[in-house]
Amino acid sequence: MALLEVKNLTVRAEDKEILRGINLTVNAGEVHAIMGPNGSGKSTLARALAGHPGYEVTGGEVTYQGEDLLELAADARARKGLFMAFQYPVEIPGVNNAYFLKAALNAKRKEAGLEEYDAMDFMTLVKEKARLLQIDETMLQRSVNEGFSGGEKKRNEIFHMAVLEPVLAVLDETDSGLDIDALKVVAEGVNALRGPDRAFVVVTHYQRLLDYIVPDVVHVLSEGRIVRSGGRELALELEAKGYGWLETAGAGA
Amino acid sequence: MATVAERHETLRAEQERFARAGSAAPAALRALRAAGAARFDALGLPTTRLEDWRFTNIAPIAATGFRLAGEDAAGAPALVDAVGVEAAARVVVVNGRFAPALSTLGGLAPHVRVQGLAAALAADPAAVTARLDIPDTDHAFIALNTSFLEDGLHIEVAPEAVVEGFVHLIYVTTASDAPVMTHPRTLIVAGARSRLRLAQSFVGAGGAVYLTNTVTDVMLGDGAFVDIVTDQREAATAFHVAALRVDCGAASEFHSRAFTLGGRIVRNDLLARLGGEGAHVTLDGVYLGDDHQLIDNHTSIDHAMPHCTSHELYKGILDDHARAVFNGRIVVRLDAQKTDAKQTNRALLLADTAQINSNPQLEIFADDVKCTHGAAVGQLDDEAMFYLQARGLPYVEARDMLLHAFAGEVLQGIAHAPLRAAVEAALFERLERDLARHDAVEGRR
Repeated sequence: MALLEVKNLTVRAEDKEILRGINLTVNAGEVHAIMGPNGSGKSTLARALAGHPGYEVTGGEVTYQGEDLLELAADARARKGLFMAFQYPVEIPGVNNAYFLKAALNAKRKEAGLEEYDAMDFMTLVKEKARLLQIDETMLQRSVNEGFSGGEKKRNEIFHMAVLEPVLAVLDETDSGLDIDALKVVAEGVNALRGPDRAFVVVTHYQRLLDYIVPDVVHVLSEGRIVRSGGRELALELEAKGYGWLETAGAGA
Repeated sequence: MATVAERHETLRAEQERFARAGSAAPAALRALRAAGAARFDALGLPTTRLEDWRFTNIAPIAATGFRLAGEDAAGAPALVDAVGVEAAARVVVVNGRFAPALSTLGGLAPHVRVQGLAAALAADPAAVTARLDIPDTDHAFIALNTSFLEDGLHIEVAPEAVVEGFVHLIYVTTASDAPVMTHPRTLIVAGARSRLRLAQSFVGAGGAVYLTNTVTDVMLGDGAFVDIVTDQREAATAFHVAALRVDCGAASEFHSRAFTLGGRIVRNDLLARLGGEGAHVTLDGVYLGDDHQLIDNHTSIDHAMPHCTSHELYKGILDDHARAVFNGRIVVRLDAQKTDAKQTNRALLLADTAQINSNPQLEIFADDVKCTHGAAVGQLDDEAMFYLQARGLPYVEARDMLLHAFAGEVLQGIAHAPLRAAVEAALFERLERDLARHDAVEGRR
């Protein structure tokens, strides 16, 4: 059974049809890259999977771990191991980053029937992961994303992911706005989590990230549909040719 | 006019009864009371026809025939314990009168004098009356308080004295068969370069209908530092009208952090005068409203001298049919160059039926000043809610986290940790109670 099965998914946002029938199968252990030009619907797919209330599913099915994902609210999805790294992480003044992450982790553990972490155990766990992602400890004690640089926000997202250990992680343009060093750190964080029981859907505009997070499957999204799927070489082809050729391909599809 | 006169007929009868009972009081005090009564008579109880009371209809106060609260202190110790925290000194006022038996002044150094106001008046009527005689006032409730002037607190800190820890003033109204009112008066004189932190907690018997009409005057000498936390936890059936008048000497520093939790109709007037160069005031507050509560915060900062700063941050959380008013007046006088004034009022409306009227009122006569004001009214930030939920927090937990963060900005300003913990606990207990009912209705828990 596939970990994630998306069938003919259609999604509306702000009264506009954005996804027009997405089909996607992701198995455990795989990394899928979703590429495509601006406005093709990449981020909409990520947000719809995460359960953003601003995105209305108008048709199709999404099965996650054999369960109807669309029946679940965003928080329930997260507690069942779905994680989305935000394209634009939200600044939340007054909410301590470590405190929030502890609450999120414990919400998940509680649901799984596991003992909740106390502050001490949690900090031990977190410091380990923070070191890996070169997260400065002061970032843990600051308000969530408040005053973080673009790179710090993205690293913080991957850090949250590392702590929450999702089953399925959706990275929404995590590479945008990152310099090459930050990109490597983020990629290392993702690669460290790769394993047979976990899958990634990496949404990106550029091929560059895929030099560091090597995907099993590459999908090209255009005008709300996946118009091509292939191996890693498809990403390289896109890099060479750009997205211009898609318009004709999209029209013919 | 007949209706206005009619409205405070009971009050006038009480004033007359009070005047007869107090005919043996020192002449200066009697004169002050009489002046207050005359002023009140001229002003009458405010109506919504007055600009300052436009959104605050006190008809329920006017319609209740309040009698002066009696001396029955039964139930007071339990109320004091409910709000009391560990402090250098605890000073209790029961039904408007200083209660030495419930107070502990032991922790105070000799250079801090805490007395009942009645005792201070008896000891030195001319001097104390002169201090109380602050020319004013178009505020009818201050005049009313003066007309009933009898007791309260008198706190004096000697120049240079530093009060360690904080002094907890607790004002209690005990249960009674019929509606009662108290008019506690508090006078705080901080000598030059002295330092004092204190809290004023207001509490009353649950379910009782009463009016607390409190007036607190603070005078800061040059270079003095005074920090007051107001912890207002009156009964939900009570009315609370409070005036806090502050007069700041040169290079002095005054901080107010006002937490409004209780009361059916609440009106707070905070009047600060920056009367010496280089003075600073911080006026912060959090107000919680639910049910049909009405909470009105009027602040007025008078920048009378150059190089003064004022910083103001009020935050409201309103649910159900609660209504709030925020009016922030800042006057920068012609001489008050290099003034730096910042004012912010933010309100979260948790229900469509909740309401706030927010009104900044800047009157600037100097030209080289920095004055900013901002008001933001809204719901919880949807994107922040989604972010927290997308990491696995259930709706209720995510919302509570944002509400804690919202109020936390002001709570953090309470320097004394046990007091901060107590106020925080009271605030979130109240909030939790309001929201639990909501959540039950909407099936969130």
